[in-house]
Amino acid sequence: MAHVIDDETIEYVGILAKLELSEEEREQAKKDMGSMLDYIDKLGELDTTDIEPMSHVFPVQNVFREDVVTSGDMREQMLANAPQEKDGMFVVPKTFEG
Amino acid sequence: MEKQYETVIGLEVHVELATKTKIFCGCSTAFGGAPNTHTCPVCTGMPGTLPVLNGQVLEYAVAVGLATNCSITRYCKFDRKNYFYPDNPQNYQISQLYLPICRNGHVDIETEGGVKSIGIHEIHMEEDAGKLIHDEWEDVSLVDYNRSGVPLIEIVSEPDMRNAQEVIAYLEKLRMTIQYLGASDCKLNEGSMRADVNLSVREVGSTELGTRTEMKNLNSFRAITRAITGERERQIELLERGESVVQETRRWDDAREVSYAMRSKEDAQDYRYFPDPDLVPIQLDDAFIERVRAGQPEFREEKMERYRREFDIPDYDTRIITGSKHMADLFEATVELCHQPKKVSNWLMGETLRLLKEREMDPEDIRFTPAHFAKLIDLTERKVINTTVAKEVFEEMFDRDVDPEGYVEDKGLKMVGDGNALRKTVEEVIAANPQSVADYRGGKEKAIGFLVGQTMKAMKGKADPASVNQLLKELL
Ligand SMILES: [Zn+2]
Repeated sequence: MAHVIDDETIEYVGILAKLELSEEEREQAKKDMGSMLDYIDKLGELDTTDIEPMSHVFPVQNVFREDVVTSGDMREQMLANAPQEKDGMFVVPKTFEG
Repeated sequence: MEKQYETVIGLEVHVELATKTKIFCGCSTAFGGAPNTHTCPVCTGMPGTLPVLNGQVLEYAVAVGLATNCSITRYCKFDRKNYFYPDNPQNYQISQLYLPICRNGHVDIETEGGVKSIGIHEIHMEEDAGKLIHDEWEDVSLVDYNRSGVPLIEIVSEPDMRNAQEVIAYLEKLRMTIQYLGASDCKLNEGSMRADVNLSVREVGSTELGTRTEMKNLNSFRAITRAITGERERQIELLERGESVVQETRRWDDAREVSYAMRSKEDAQDYRYFPDPDLVPIQLDDAFIERVRAGQPEFREEKMERYRREFDIPDYDTRIITGSKHMADLFEATVELCHQPKKVSNWLMGETLRLLKEREMDPEDIRFTPAHFAKLIDLTERKVINTTVAKEVFEEMFDRDVDPEGYVEDKGLKMVGDGNALRKTVEEVIAANPQSVADYRGGKEKAIGFLVGQTMKAMKGKADPASVNQLLKELL
């Protein structure tokens, strides 16, 4: 395996992804990520000179909506999957700005 | 010698676009709906949903770009900015990093220091987040996603400003331009325009930029001015003590006039942007850009030029009137109806500004119609009502857009044109006030003022004070 993921990297990725990993999971994730990166490296073997970077897989562009209201009050449906609701709002753990 | 410092300021301005619907779904953007009543699977980030760009957002963004001398990116696309926070149900904000819609623009501003060009680095389109409300009773937060997906443009300036005066002039310029385009109402206090101030200091003469901080939560021009002064001082003090400025986001507390560092969200300023696969790229052709360009309105500078040519009103009035697109529209439409530019301008400069201030309103909030305004001017011109009554009617019109004609009729406010009735009242007043009459005849000119007042009172204000004055002199 060409790519070796160190503890610091897996820790950082864990923070970004909001994941708490056990020692075992951490080792497995390091292995998985390393082999993923190896796989991606295959792309580097291809000659891409004179090829425009692609930003989308479909040969489609310019799909727009008209600025017209098409949906009504769907609050009940939107809240149906919420683990907890109150006063028509989603309840989440306390957050604070600053 | 004491060190001299220069302040270097760049701005990130978010503007909420005046579309009817959100940027990627058909939900209404209207204010004031009950929580989460303007939401759908797209703007609440439900898996498997597909966002589709609102064409009007693109048009507004291009219009703002053209008005600020930007080059328009012909091939542009959206990217995902990844972060976890409950105001953002998708765990990413759809924004533009790699190919923003507008780049390399500039606007000219005017301050005491003269005319200066402020560079615009880029303008990109993105979506707004939901609103978090702290629950007072339980230790939780509540989320309302009505604002989630409301379209924004973010205008990023170059670090070209050097003081608060230039910052305000730049913001005024942007606000005016965008209001003229009808792309947003740009209200700082309501959050439809938000300015984040990036500020650093450096020794005068240095060409290197110092470490900057980003200041948030600035809801008025006054707060911006104070925050700039405060942050400049804070950074200079740090440097003078031999410490260094930390690059961070700070939140301004205007009530206490201090800023404090915001807790970084797990210190991860790593947004891992990548192209959004749900949204297809945008390819703009000349025809589209020319169509938007053709739709550009007459901007403030051109309007001021035209007013100087067409209307005989003071330059000061022209500046105030054109300072608000809404007021300029009102002025022009009313003049069209009554052909009295001077009178229309006087009402705007006098009573309108007074009431706006008293009611703490912006000129954009004026609700009375040109038709009613023209009628009021006509009533005073034809001397159907006197100035005092006109002011009273104006206030009613200002607050409730009443029809001045109907109002005057209903309330019986017409001046008494009947000479006999007026003469009779004046005679009665003279008879009832022998002392004042004697004073006046004895040479006390001022005494007539009291008699005019008494007559006006007896006529319930519905007489023309000048006629009363003349009639009194005649009879005395
Ligand atoms: Zn929606």
